[in-house]
Amino acid sequence: MTTTITAACTECDAPITFDRPPLNGQVVRCADCGAELEVTNTDPIRLELAPEVEEDWGE
Amino acid sequence: MTKTVSIVGGSGYTGGELLRLLLDHPGVTMRAVTSRSNAGDPIHRKHPNLRGRSDLVFTSPDEVEACDVLFLCMPHGQAATEIDKWAGLADLVIDLSADFRLRSPDAYKDWYGSEHPAPARLAEAAYGLPELERERIAKATLISGVGCNATAMNLALLPLARAGLIDRVIADIKVGSSEAGAEPSASSHHPERSRAVRSYALTGHRHAAEVHQALGEFTLDVSVTAIEMVRGVLCTAHVIPTEPVAMKDLWKLYRGAYANEPFVRLVNERQGLHRLPDPAVLGGSNYADVGFGVDERTGRIVALGAIDNLMKGAAGSAVQSMNVALGLEETTGLTFPGLHPA
Repeated sequence: MTTTITAACTECDAPITFDRPPLNGQVVRCADCGAELEVTNTDPIRLELAPEVEEDWGE
Repeated sequence: MTKTVSIVGGSGYTGGELLRLLLDHPGVTMRAVTSRSNAGDPIHRKHPNLRGRSDLVFTSPDEVEACDVLFLCMPHGQAATEIDKWAGLADLVIDLSADFRLRSPDAYKDWYGSEHPAPARLAEAAYGLPELERERIAKATLISGVGCNATAMNLALLPLARAGLIDRVIADIKVGSSEAGAEPSASSHHPERSRAVRSYALTGHRHAAEVHQALGEFTLDVSVTAIEMVRGVLCTAHVIPTEPVAMKDLWKLYRGAYANEPFVRLVNERQGLHRLPDPAVLGGSNYADVGFGVDERTGRIVALGAIDNLMKGAAGSAVQSMNVALGLEETTGLTFPGLHPA
């Protein structure tokens, strides 16, 4: 039997689900806001916003 | 058994959109579409995208017979003077003009500058935006159309208003040329309109009345600018809140308001090209894309609403309302997602 593990998106609070135990350094994407989140601790699960390329839209 | 539907005043852009939607709608059968100046012409003469899709020809409004649903797409002011006649022909009348949008005769006079010709009908009409008045629409025999700019504002601001978070709003609206309708004018002449970035209603826009009616009283300032676009409205509403809010609070409010709405999508992505609502991808679609952000330094909230003015801002909402009133699946005939690239 598998257990679904959940955490909350740091940006929008949407639930993030893991079908298997997450690994440190794993990057997941929030389905609601698209944030890329890095697992920085597994027990308890801690997520942090992964570094991203900033987009200046040509300005 | 399908319902019979007719359109009075079907030669304009909203009439054309209604035809496009209703000809493919599995729950209705088109009976007549009128245009006094185009009577006898096939509908594709005014709506070339419908060539080969129907044998309908425009008829005179005097020839309209009884039907189940009657859409009125006449110039503002005309439906109100003729409403008794049309209401006698159909169980359900949906008027796409501004004539029955405001419930209060006093508000109508304030915003439109004259007494309403049929004030007793105002309280009876449901406002045709299911996200606001689904239960009233379901029981209505008269449904008003929506203002396109009002719809972009209402859907952008609804979650904030319901939470009592709005102290003041400054709404900057960008619009496409089809908002001006199918009748040409000096301002729509191609050399004048093309590439224009033309502000034209800095204060006193009538659609503010629809926002107040829908969302309540707060200070609302609206300014409109016509841009290089045929279809589309983008509302950028700058909101001074009654109390500080965080981005997670906004997500919770907007999710709560729209989780069960089939045509409102939250567009607020941290990745990719299309991070926020853009009417360019909504052409022909009944979707309203809504986004938001908060400036943690000043507390200002920015709420965005993007729609196709001819669809969610007119014909699409009207058909959605018809579906609700007839007890049909609300999305019937309305699932086209728009084009990309547009």
